[in-house]
Amino acid sequence: MKKILRLNQLTTKLSRRAMLGGTATAAVAIVQTAQGKTVQESVSIAELLPDDPTKRVGPLAGEVGTRSSFEKLVKKPSDISSRSPLQDFYGIITPSDLHFERHHAGIPIIDPARHELLIHGLVDKPLVFTIADLKRFPSVSRIAFLECSGNFRTGKETMSPQDICGLTSQSEWTGVKLATLFREVGVKPSASWFLAEGGDAAVMTRSIPVKKGWDDAIIAYAQNGEALRPEQGYPVRLFLPGWEGNTNVKWLRRIELGDAPWHTREETSKYTESIKGGKIRQFSFDMDARSIITFPAYPKTVEKGWIDIRGIAWSGRGKVVRVEVSTDFGKNWQLAILQDPILDKAHTGFRYLWYWNGVETEIMSRVTDETGYIQPTFTQLIEARGSDGGYHFNPITAWQIKSDGRVLNRPER
Amino acid sequence: MESLNSTLLWLSAIVTFWVSFLPDSEGQGWLYDKTPVVVRDTFPATFGIGRAATSTEIARLDIDVRPDGKGLPPGEGKPAVGKLIFAQKCAACHGVGGIGGPNGSLVTTASEGTKKRPEKTVGNYWPYATTVFDYIRRAMPFSEPGSLTNEEVYSLTAYLLTANGIIDEKTVINAQTLPNVKMPAQPLFIPDDRKGGPEIK
Repeated sequence: MKKILRLNQLTTKLSRRAMLGGTATAAVAIVQTAQGKTVQESVSIAELLPDDPTKRVGPLAGEVGTRSSFEKLVKKPSDISSRSPLQDFYGIITPSDLHFERHHAGIPIIDPARHELLIHGLVDKPLVFTIADLKRFPSVSRIAFLECSGNFRTGKETMSPQDICGLTSQSEWTGVKLATLFREVGVKPSASWFLAEGGDAAVMTRSIPVKKGWDDAIIAYAQNGEALRPEQGYPVRLFLPGWEGNTNVKWLRRIELGDAPWHTREETSKYTESIKGGKIRQFSFDMDARSIITFPAYPKTVEKGWIDIRGIAWSGRGKVVRVEVSTDFGKNWQLAILQDPILDKAHTGFRYLWYWNGVETEIMSRVTDETGYIQPTFTQLIEARGSDGGYHFNPITAWQIKSDGRVLNRPER
Repeated sequence: MESLNSTLLWLSAIVTFWVSFLPDSEGQGWLYDKTPVVVRDTFPATFGIGRAATSTEIARLDIDVRPDGKGLPPGEGKPAVGKLIFAQKCAACHGVGGIGGPNGSLVTTASEGTKKRPEKTVGNYWPYATTVFDYIRRAMPFSEPGSLTNEEVYSLTAYLLTANGIIDEKTVINAQTLPNVKMPAQPLFIPDDRKGGPEIK
C-alpha cells in the first residue's frame, strides 16, 4: 500500500462525477511506495478521498499551506483588474491571494535586492533607501481597507457582491511611516505636494498633499504578516488609509516633494468624476462610506426561516458607527449588530438576524460613519452629481429575495 | 507605616516596569487610557539610514513634467512628424487619426462633440497639455514603454493637439510653447469639496 507523503499540486475543481467515479487524477503528490521508495506521481480522487478519513493516514506537512480543493475562491480577472470574492469571505481580512488588483501595465517582476526608493525635490537631503534600509526604521502596522474608486457595477440581476463591488479588500499593512522618512530627508516647509511614482511599465504617478504624508501614510513592505504580494506592489508600495486605491502607488520607486500638484494622467483624464454644472471633480481622495450585504446574495439561495444577514461596511473618513438593514424594500430600517473590531478606515462586519416568511421582498443595508455621512441611494447620488456613474459611486445595494429562494441583485439601471 | 512604604516601593516598581514597556511617541496601538505615558524625547533627528542621492541618479529617474513646464526636456516636435509616428506606433490601439481604436479615442471631432455622452479624449477632457507629453514619455507605446525619444514625444504631443483642433499645423511644440497651450477642458476642473457629514456630493 502506498502512502501519500505530500500533495504538490491539486488539479482544478473536483467534480462530483469524478469523485464518485474515483478515476480522475486529483493531484500530483510525493508518495511512498509499498517498497519504501519515495516518488512523485499522480494520485486519483479515490486515493485522496477515502470512505473514512479516520482509517487512513493523510498527507504529511508541506512547505506551504493549501486551500481545500473543495473550496473554490476566484478573483475573476480581466486584463486590467481582478475582484475579491466578497460573498465567500467570513471575516474582515482578505486572504492575500484574493486581494483585488488593478494595474496599468501589468505586474512588474522586481528583484528586491536591486530595488531602491529615491526621495528628492524640496528636501534638505535627497536620499536613496534600499528595501533593507526601509526595514531598519521603526515599523508600524494597521488594518485598513483598500478600495478602487471605480468600484461600482450594476445592470444585471445575476451579479454577486464580487461583481458589484469586488474592488475592495482589507489587509494588515506593515511598513515605515512616511513621516519618519520625511524627517530623515528633511522635507522643506515650502513642500505642499509630493509625487509618488511606481516602477512598473506604466511608471504610474499620483500627486498627494504632503499633509497626508505626515498624517498616516505608510511605506508598506508587508501585508498580512509576509512580504507584499507582487500584485500588491512587491517589494514596496505607498499605503494611504481611506484614500482611493489608485493613490496607493505600487512598486514605489520615487517620491518627489514639490510646491504644486503635477496633474498626471491618472489624476486628470482618469480618476476624476463629472458633477453638477458640467464640472469635473479632481483629487477626490477620500472614499465615501459604503456597505453591502454579502449573505444572502447572488448566487446563493435561501430557505424560509431564520436567516443571518451578514455584510461589511466601511468609510474612508473614519469608523463605522452604525449599519442599518431593511428587509422591506427600504421602507423600515433596523440596527444591525457591528462585529468587533470596529477599526478606523476599515471593513467592519455586521449582521442582522431575520425571519423570512417566504414572501418576496428586497433586503439592503446602509452605513453611517463617524462624520454623520449616511450611505445614499443610487437615485440620491445621481441627483447630487447630475451624472449616472463614474468614480466614487457608493450606493446602497439591494437584493431581491424571490419566493423560490433565489437571491438576485436589483439592477439600478 | 512600614507596610505603606513597602506598598509605595511596589507601586514604583510596577510603574517602572510599565514605563520600560511603553512605546516611543512613534508607536501605534498602545494607547491605554490613564496610564502614565512617557513621551521619549530620544526619537533621533536622523537615523542615518539611506545613502545620499547623486544628482546624476536623480536626473535619470526624475522624468515628471508639471503644467508650468518644469521638467520638460530640450527638443521640439512638429504635428506633421507626429502624424507619421502616430500612424506607425499608436493607431493600432487608438484608431486611425486617434479615433475609435480598441484602447480608446484620443481625438474629439466636431460631430463627436455634439453627442450626449462624447468619449473622453485629449481634446475634451485633458486639462493640461503637459500631461500629454509626460504620459506618452513614461508609458507609451503600451507594448514598448519608454522607447520614444524626447523629439518623438514632442511630435506626438503636437500631433494630438493639432488633431483635436487646439493648435494649428504650423505650431512647434517645445519646453517653452507646450505650457502655454490652453486646453478646452481646463476650466471644468475643480478640486474635491466633499467633507463628510450628512451632505451627499
